[in-house]
Amino acid sequence: MAMATAAVASVRLATTNALPRATQRSRDNEACSALNSAFFKNSIPSSSRSSRKNLKTLNDGSRKGICVRVKASTSDMVKEKALPADGQLISRHEGLDLYEDMILGRAFEDMCAQMYYRGKMFGFVHLYNGQEAVSTGFIKGLKKADYVCSTYRDHVHALSKGVPARQVMSELFGKATGCCRGQGGSMHMFSKEHNVLGGFAFIGEGIPVATGAAFTTKYRREVLKDDSADEVTIAFFGDGTCNNGQFFECLNMAALWKLPIVFVVENNLWAIGMSHYRATSVPEIWKKGPAFGMPGIHVDGMDVLKVREVAKEAIARARRGDGPTLVECETYRFRGHSLADPDELRKPAEKAHYAARDPIAALKNYLLENRLATEKELSAIEETINELIEDAVEFAEASPLPPHSQLLENVFADPKGFGIGPDGRYRCEGPGFTAGTAQV
Amino acid sequence: MESTALLQKVTAGMAFRGTPASLLSSSSASSHVARIKLGSRSVIRAVSRLSGLTVKATHLNAYGFGTMPHNSTALKTVNKAVAVKTETGSTATAQQGHELLLFEALREGLEEEMERDPTVCVIGEDVGHYGGSYKVTKGMAEKFGDLRLLDTPIAENSFTGMAIGAAMTGLRPIVEGMNMGFLLLAFNQIANNCGMLHYTSGGQFTIPIVIRGPGGVGKQLGAEHSQRLESYFQSVPGLQMVACSTPYNAKGLMKAAIRSENPVILFEHVLLYNLKERIPDEEYVLCLEEAELVRPGQDITILTYSRMRHHVLQAVKTLVSKGYDPEVIDIRSLKPFDLFAIGNSVKKTHKVLIVEECMRTGGIGASLRAAIMENFFDELDAPIGCLSSQDVPTPYAGPLEDLTVVQPPQIVFAVEQLCKH
Repeated sequence: MAMATAAVASVRLATTNALPRATQRSRDNEACSALNSAFFKNSIPSSSRSSRKNLKTLNDGSRKGICVRVKASTSDMVKEKALPADGQLISRHEGLDLYEDMILGRAFEDMCAQMYYRGKMFGFVHLYNGQEAVSTGFIKGLKKADYVCSTYRDHVHALSKGVPARQVMSELFGKATGCCRGQGGSMHMFSKEHNVLGGFAFIGEGIPVATGAAFTTKYRREVLKDDSADEVTIAFFGDGTCNNGQFFECLNMAALWKLPIVFVVENNLWAIGMSHYRATSVPEIWKKGPAFGMPGIHVDGMDVLKVREVAKEAIARARRGDGPTLVECETYRFRGHSLADPDELRKPAEKAHYAARDPIAALKNYLLENRLATEKELSAIEETINELIEDAVEFAEASPLPPHSQLLENVFADPKGFGIGPDGRYRCEGPGFTAGTAQV
Repeated sequence: MESTALLQKVTAGMAFRGTPASLLSSSSASSHVARIKLGSRSVIRAVSRLSGLTVKATHLNAYGFGTMPHNSTALKTVNKAVAVKTETGSTATAQQGHELLLFEALREGLEEEMERDPTVCVIGEDVGHYGGSYKVTKGMAEKFGDLRLLDTPIAENSFTGMAIGAAMTGLRPIVEGMNMGFLLLAFNQIANNCGMLHYTSGGQFTIPIVIRGPGGVGKQLGAEHSQRLESYFQSVPGLQMVACSTPYNAKGLMKAAIRSENPVILFEHVLLYNLKERIPDEEYVLCLEEAELVRPGQDITILTYSRMRHHVLQAVKTLVSKGYDPEVIDIRSLKPFDLFAIGNSVKKTHKVLIVEECMRTGGIGASLRAAIMENFFDELDAPIGCLSSQDVPTPYAGPLEDLTVVQPPQIVFAVEQLCKH
């Protein structure tokens, strides 16, 4: 695996605000292209490098469905980052941490599929298999107070952020012990405690919400004079969303006001059955960052160590107050768009190509090759996680369904909003109101 | 119940509708009427058959009631005070309080709340340096800074969503739509997130946001700038909607909306910004869910809101001179309805006319009619009248524009028709 010995080139992104805007932009451009060149030059496994030429000729936007790798331009600002003294990109502890998180995500999603086909969960369920490196790589670099905002493919984001598997599973089963009391479901995972801001069913909807959370951080620093306010917000969304107005509008506002946010594109090349190349005039999403005044980074989203490096830089940049970053992660979902998707449009060759780059297998190889962990330890982690998932399922099974009285409880934060009834009392004051009717 | 006693009660009740003196029983016309609650119309029909009473009428309508010829002399004798009632919404006397225009009242309320709570901020187009396109936030950016009066790019859906995210994480933003109609672009965020996020998060996140802006039909502003969004938003669960109509209630509702933990949409009207009124000096906050009794009366309940309140009051002058005594209620809270105030009025007058500016189809009046019918059917003596704007895109031409909106003569006519019941 090339990443073990790759020199990770990292560029010190412009930190001074005194630079005139043009200089700032050009530095950002250089930063972004440098990072691009670093990750591409050094990280492509040789097997796929040779097939890249073949892949490129197929990039005619037709229904071939094979991805094309984007070659970024190099920059003379590339600096080599010295590897740590022991030559490792990651410590043993960190490595096991990452591994456990990715295994958790994978095992949880596999269990979701099982439970769905057994009729325990319903509706639209969108699984994250294959994309674990993005969630783990970014969210494990956050503090508890930092915010995560996601889409309908949000189970693993919630888990990585720290929401207990029991709560997520219960929510999927629609039980009262779910993180949203069973009221949200698969596409609406929220956690106030762990600062997970959702969970949104419409694409693009969560990006402004994430921008708002970042705005709050800036407001608290500058208006409320709270110097401890340095929370970073990460907005996750897909390639399909990048053609939506809310994406561009928020890139503009975040860069304009230098909000502490990282926009992470999980480009898995498919929006249900719409290939990214059939929907997008300029498929390189990372290029759109500099157009709005922020660095645009393209990273191999199947490689958790690379994602983690980029995440560290982007999160640090936001926390310093230097503004947003757009990171495009090239990734892939091993399953269909949702459990209802027959997934007939994607070519087997493409699926095989990415299956060979399974992020969990890649990390496992890395840990073993660099003697950071033994087979036994990794198996033990897998065992623990399997037990955790089993426990989550049992907990969800045993949990009660929400009672009728829960129906109206959370419609309004202040239930006076239901109004004044004919008898002169607020309707919410009547006994048993929450099991009744909201209509007048 | 003996038929004589019943007859007394019934005819005494009929006296309020201008019954010729010859039909009155010995109970005087001024006696208090004990309303026969159940099926009053059918009882009266039965009673009139029993007692051989013939109702002097031009024709009987579908309910068996005579359509009484309106006898203004008879009405005057039983009338309560005919004098024009002062607006009970305004509590200040000529000596106290201070006079200002409605947009200044909004600004006062806004400023007071922003001083009181540093997490209150305004987000919208041209709210900062420009001072608001209707001057509601004039001078505030100098005082509070550019972050608290945030000038946004033209991206309603995104900056409304941004305000929602800010509200979820601890701020109390007020989103200004430069014109309410522009908020159609923010419908995604308002319906999906503003209204529903508190619920889908299981109550974990509150969204104490205020969305406000001028709407309604102005002076030849064209179709797209003359929209009324209250009918579109009323179906969104989790939202409260209020409409202000005077400087007094504008300031009070603004403050109440900011302090509320619920997302509130505050509808202002383009043509009302320059209304002048004297309001109290001391601080006051109005109740978001309550309606406002503008003019007490006996003959008919007129329910209205926003600009139509003023059209109604204009019509009331004519009606009073013609001998009617309408009760005017400014419902203020478009969602939820104040059923207590409305119900009390219906129980008094038994006739309702709704006068609104939104479209007839699916409008506030449509919902209000249904609510009154469901809750107070037995109190009604007549079908609920509803005057709404025409289902027409507001034309630019002046005469056509006037035709789309309810005008005072139409209100007078409708009251006259309803009072014949």
